[in-house]
Amino acid sequence: MQKIEVNLYRYNPEKDRFPYMMSYSLDKPKKDIMVLDLLNMLKEEDESISYRRSCREGVCGSDGMNINGKNGLACITPLSSVIKKNKIELRPLPGLPVIRDLVVDMTEFYAQYEKIKPFLQNDTEAPLQERLQSPEDRNKLDGFYECILCACCSTSCPSFWWNPDKFVGPAALLQAYRFLADSRDLKTAERLDDLSDPFSVYRCHGIMNCVSVCPKGLNPNEAIGEIKDMLLKKKKNIIVSDG
Amino acid sequence: MSEILNSKNIQTIEFDALIIGGGGSGMRTSLELAKSGLKTAVVSKVFPTRSHTVSAQGGITCAIQSADPNDNWQWHMYDTVKGADYIGDQDAIEYMCSEGPKAVFELEHMGLPFSRFENGRIYQRPFGGQSKDFGKGGQAARTCAAADRTGHALLHTLYQNNVKEGSNFLNEWFAVDLVKNAKNQVTGVIAFSIESGDVAYLKAQATVLATGGAGRIYASTTNALINTGDGLGMALRAGFPAQDMEMWQFHPTGIYGAGSLVTEGCRGEGGYLINADGERFMERYAPNVKDLAGRDVVARSMVLEILEGRGCGENKDHVFLKLDHLGPDVLNSKLPGICELSRTFAHVDPIYEPIPVVPTCHYMMGGTPTNINGQAFITKDDNDHVIDGLFSVGEAACVSVHGANRLGGNSLLDLVVFGRAAGMHIQSELKSGGGVNSSSDEDIDEALLRLNKLNNSSTEFETAKVKRELQECMQNYFGVFRRGDYMTKGVEQLKEIREKVENLSIKDNSKAFNTSRVEALELQNLLEVAEATAIAASERTESRGAHAREDFPDRDDENWLCHSIYDPQTKELSKRSVNFEPKEVDAFPPAVRSY
Ligand SMILES: Cc1cc2nc3c(=O)[nH]c(=O)nc-3n(C[C@H](O)[C@H](O)[C@H](O)COP(=O)(O)OP(=O)(O)OC[C@H]3O[C@@H](n4cnc5c(N)ncnc54)[C@H](O)[C@@H]3O)c2cc1C
Ligand code: SF4
Ligand code: SF4
Ligand code: FES
Repeated sequence: MQKIEVNLYRYNPEKDRFPYMMSYSLDKPKKDIMVLDLLNMLKEEDESISYRRSCREGVCGSDGMNINGKNGLACITPLSSVIKKNKIELRPLPGLPVIRDLVVDMTEFYAQYEKIKPFLQNDTEAPLQERLQSPEDRNKLDGFYECILCACCSTSCPSFWWNPDKFVGPAALLQAYRFLADSRDLKTAERLDDLSDPFSVYRCHGIMNCVSVCPKGLNPNEAIGEIKDMLLKKKKNIIVSDG
Repeated sequence: MSEILNSKNIQTIEFDALIIGGGGSGMRTSLELAKSGLKTAVVSKVFPTRSHTVSAQGGITCAIQSADPNDNWQWHMYDTVKGADYIGDQDAIEYMCSEGPKAVFELEHMGLPFSRFENGRIYQRPFGGQSKDFGKGGQAARTCAAADRTGHALLHTLYQNNVKEGSNFLNEWFAVDLVKNAKNQVTGVIAFSIESGDVAYLKAQATVLATGGAGRIYASTTNALINTGDGLGMALRAGFPAQDMEMWQFHPTGIYGAGSLVTEGCRGEGGYLINADGERFMERYAPNVKDLAGRDVVARSMVLEILEGRGCGENKDHVFLKLDHLGPDVLNSKLPGICELSRTFAHVDPIYEPIPVVPTCHYMMGGTPTNINGQAFITKDDNDHVIDGLFSVGEAACVSVHGANRLGGNSLLDLVVFGRAAGMHIQSELKSGGGVNSSSDEDIDEALLRLNKLNNSSTEFETAKVKRELQECMQNYFGVFRRGDYMTKGVEQLKEIREKVENLSIKDNSKAFNTSRVEALELQNLLEVAEATAIAASERTESRGAHAREDFPDRDDENWLCHSIYDPQTKELSKRSVNFEPKEVDAFPPAVRSY
């Protein structure tokens, strides 16, 4: 029977002064399984392993983790696609404080999300029915509204590691653009003002890590580019109208 | 040994209203309460956007008159009553269908990114069991959709608006048991922060169970791993009843082997099921509406095909859902999530190949019985007595709009309509001086018993193994087709499983993010739900909706045109009348249900 070796990041704040890597060996599964299945198998052996999971189908964003060096969702990552020489290493998402094992503290990540006012703003009186939106306008949200807040992108972004309190990060910027792009939202100018400081958006240096890891195939870098364009146009308009 | 917890050594945190559950129903309730000035908190064992509502795909069904300007909420009501096989409460169904448009438009105003028709209105697709003109006008298209990610769009929109209104969340807190006082009033819950492990008594004047479904009682389910029926488990342990627990929906199209759902919207968009001979077999079982018959009907037809040897694959144990004829444009724009799921979990690309599917446990029609205001009640001699302080909404509740079989898209509507209604009721009740008495220290200690026992147990019973036993038992004896003698075996087996479940032990007794403690407590909830299901299923001696018995193949209106009420104290089943008194329209009398 072929074996596989799983190296797992372990840390229990009640027992361990420092995190450490623990190695587990198990029989190579006969058919391809997802990394989450692998974790579940390990947990049956060692109950003390801790990680988050909920939907087990890539829609809830619970089980973002660092799998052989790359961020991804354990539940939709086939073992075969990441295992190297029968070895796999699992670590928590980088850059965030670790609560225990693979569980990170996402407070900063959510704080950035809330900062961009992630809700539709439209103070006009609502009609009795829905607000109309053309399919073309609705299509502008595709690729942006589907984010599941897994934090795979932001925690792979060097700019976010260095300035998690000031740089909004790819996930929240994607959301910011989702509302900027919504024909029903009327606070475009205010939203742009909130993003115009040197940190919020401009700390993105186009490193593209975010794009390569997003498990939903979304493109935060594109959203950031669009926001930068809008900021630029706004600035020009102001200069023009001033003149 | 862990420290024995008691009322003196745990913290008490006081609220006016406490909502257990941050899914669609809980967050709609909290949104209603956000502006009320009442001190409210949403308690959720996962960050709210990770609740199971996020997985809903196909849409929210409602007569908003977009696809068809002549659509009528009464047609929707008719379909729902019929879909429920006539044991849905017609006052509640009337309320849901007539209030529905308001609730859906509200969601749109909050920003929900619905797909659109050319004229800018909300996109609606056909779903199973939908008709025009009270079943006489052909197929309707009534399910409002955001591509095939409606649940994601709905849940995130609700969370976003709760952020906007400044709602208070206790995220990653696990509710353990209800606290009740000598007057049998509910005064809050025992809960702990999963992150720190610290236990607290969350005291409240109104406690709302919005804890979702319990599909994990079965081995094969479309439900998230966290769908363990915690709210219902808590209510049953506190001695409160459950209604219609035999009614479990098996969704026709769970991905074979994985359990993940592919939405009924696939068939709404024109997909259909085929057997090993390539035959579109639903034409035989439901000549009129074919693949868009009620879910119970389609699921049973599939099982019959498989039993008669026309199943697909090596073991002939599934059938195929064919979509390739719809073309890449439709699939990519209307069903992008399904394409993604099929590629990941079935290793097929629906643009070219059919998806292997099999009926899979999907939805719990039963739950804690409530009225339209979300108030939970006890039934004695066919009279309902409200339980002070206890409310329930969403899949955990049984206000009974789904009866014996839920129609697609009606759950999301149920969440927002009754979440809103419960919020409004709690507000007016608490503002007019309503509320509950305090619980004594002994009452609180009693609610801590289960947690203390688990923390200090040292048996050989391990959660993962016992859970598997439970799930297989339910799968084997209480599946799509049921039989008295098998079910009796199942009930017996559950008694043995109960012994183990009540004496589970965890090896890891640490506090911080101890998921093995959470999983053990969840398994204890699963057992309560499973047992209620098993007993109700063995005792309902007829076939109706999702409850299909080989030994009683016919519907028996004379004896069973009623709800079942399961009493956890005596483990007995009693009957409760179905409501046939809608306010504004005439009731729909029971009729033969054909599609
Ligand atoms: C795959 C799938 C697709 C579906 N598609 C559709 C569809 O297209 N249309 C439709 O109408 N319906 C659909 N349904 C059904 C519908 O999605 C669910 O019935 C509905 O989302 C349930 O919502 P809820 O608010 O009741 O509970 P959930 O969304 O399940 O939320 C439960 C909440 O309770 C919390 N909770 C549970 N236990 C505890 C505890 N012990 N302590 C603290 N918190 C707790 C959880 O954290 C969570 O926040 C689908 C279901 C599935 C499985
Ligand atoms: S493109 Fe920008 S946001 Fe994305 S990883 Fe690079 S710096 Fe971060
Ligand atoms: S953009 Fe992608 S990677 Fe980033 S949080 Fe959203 S879903 Fe996750
Ligand atoms: S468990 Fe939900 S995304 Fe993996």
